Amino acid sequence: MSDTPASEVRFRGGGFAPASRRWVGAGVFVVLILVMEWGTRAGWISALSLPRPSDVLVTFGELWQSGLLFKHLGPSLSRLFFGALIGVSVGISVGILIGLFSYIRSGMVPLVAAIFPIPKIALLPLFVIWFGIGEGSKYALIAFGTFTPTVVATYGAVDNVDRSLIRMGQSFGLSWFSIVRKIVLPGAMPGILSGLRISLAIAIILLVAAEMLGAQYGIGAYILEAGSLYDLERLFAGVVILSLLGVLMSAVIGMVERRLLSWRS
Amino acid sequence: MDIHLDGISHSYGTTEVLRDISLEVQSGQIVCLVGPSGCGKSTLLRFLGGLERPDRGRVLQVGAPPEGCLNPLTYIFQDFALLPWRSVRGNISLVLEDHGIRGAEAEEIIADVLARTRLTDFADALPKQLSGGMKQRVAIARALAVRPAVMLMDEPLSSLDSQTRELLMDDLIALWSRQPFTAVYVTHNLAEAVRLGHKIVVLSRRPGQVRDVVSIAKPLAERGYGDADLEATQKHLWSMMRDEARAADQELINV
Ligand SMILES: Nc1ncnc2c1ncn2[C@@H]1O[C@H](COP(=O)(O)OP(=O)(O)OP(=O)(O)O)[C@@H](O)[C@H]1O
Ligand SMILES: [Mg+2]
Repeated sequence: MSDTPASEVRFRGGGFAPASRRWVGAGVFVVLILVMEWGTRAGWISALSLPRPSDVLVTFGELWQSGLLFKHLGPSLSRLFFGALIGVSVGISVGILIGLFSYIRSGMVPLVAAIFPIPKIALLPLFVIWFGIGEGSKYALIAFGTFTPTVVATYGAVDNVDRSLIRMGQSFGLSWFSIVRKIVLPGAMPGILSGLRISLAIAIILLVAAEMLGAQYGIGAYILEAGSLYDLERLFAGVVILSLLGVLMSAVIGMVERRLLSWRS
Repeated sequence: MDIHLDGISHSYGTTEVLRDISLEVQSGQIVCLVGPSGCGKSTLLRFLGGLERPDRGRVLQVGAPPEGCLNPLTYIFQDFALLPWRSVRGNISLVLEDHGIRGAEAEEIIADVLARTRLTDFADALPKQLSGGMKQRVAIARALAVRPAVMLMDEPLSSLDSQTRELLMDDLIALWSRQPFTAVYVTHNLAEAVRLGHKIVVLSRRPGQVRDVVSIAKPLAERGYGDADLEATQKHLWSMMRDEARAADQELINV
């Protein structure tokens, strides 16, 4: 080498590749809760504006011990499950039909666009008239609320299925039904699952709304009761349950994605 | 089974793509289609396999497909068209399932075609784990599994690097020598055309017309990389195509 000055090439290829770091998410929660606890104990957060996290935990423990937790959680989960099941399965079916047939597409897409922006909660009275004050209206609300985002996600996903794969299926003489089942559906699965994340979060929101209107038991009823009494500990205990439900659902979908979509590079 | 093209013409909207193409593809022969970009080679191949209908003219199947043939006209695509969510084995069984072939019978066919394409060890791999050359071999194995009468290949080697292409060409020649198949082989690459083609059909620029048909008598197995007589044929083909290609290139700019 001569003695012309040499410098190392500056690295500039970093970033733009967020990876998931374990425990960071949990850490954020822990720090937030610790700050709340500290603030309410030290007094710079007034007891009126935020409940003390440890008190919320105590309330939660009481709820558990008295057996009330499951009395509330049971009906809520069944409403969530059946409502979302109906909404999602009808939504996926309609979405696939929209993705496959010109007439259904032309007929349904404007309809879905018209229904999508309606706050479904506003229709609750209508559902009560149609399906009664009992479980029916709650199922209907949740089903209706999950239906629209699922439809939109599904037909978008079907549109994005690689046309060359469909051509391939046709060129090998696969039946229409085989092409839908073995090529279109699996190809649309990534889009459908990410739509499901949104739909299920919406389902939880609507669950609470429905239960606030007319239910004796259910997380929503519990929160409503606590709220009307300004019982912040119980209110927060209820809210925490909802958050946990959300986290759990997202984890389940994550697991399903890892299992079903492991083929993605 | 032979294929006859009878006066095929086609336009997409106001662009005339093909004009009065008549051709014969004889059983056991590889017919190469060469021509400048955009002259309608892929379009013609879609007509051949019944994926699209020409405006005018007919595609005729002469004679019955051989016994045991599941899908007489079978494509091999440039982009492989493998289902990424199925393993190599699954991709091949896909095309058998619809013919009611499952279980041991399917396993037997799959094992046979995988052996013929030297993929036996990769039966359970997913496409994302395979190199481009291997993916195309899987696609070839899948095509062989349905025992086609005619294989329709649209630039099957174009997305591969040149070494892999040489290897796969040798594979194709070996396959053909063991059991001659009929194929229509679209390519941009004149070297491929002179190595694989019994007959080379030169199309003009758009609207595509048959400009010339060159036959090569030398048996496939005796053709090698850089043979002098093949080079001469290749030069002749190139001289025919150069002006067309240049003109086509100008047209694309003006579109
Ligand atoms: N579905 C379609 N709709 C409209 N135009 C089309 C369609 N398919 C092809 N074309 C046009 O027809 C012409 C011929 O296309 P084709 O793909 O058959 O050419 P090609 O010879 O295969 O070209 P290349 O060598 O680039 O693959 C092109 O100008 C293309 O833009
Ligand atoms: Mg092409």
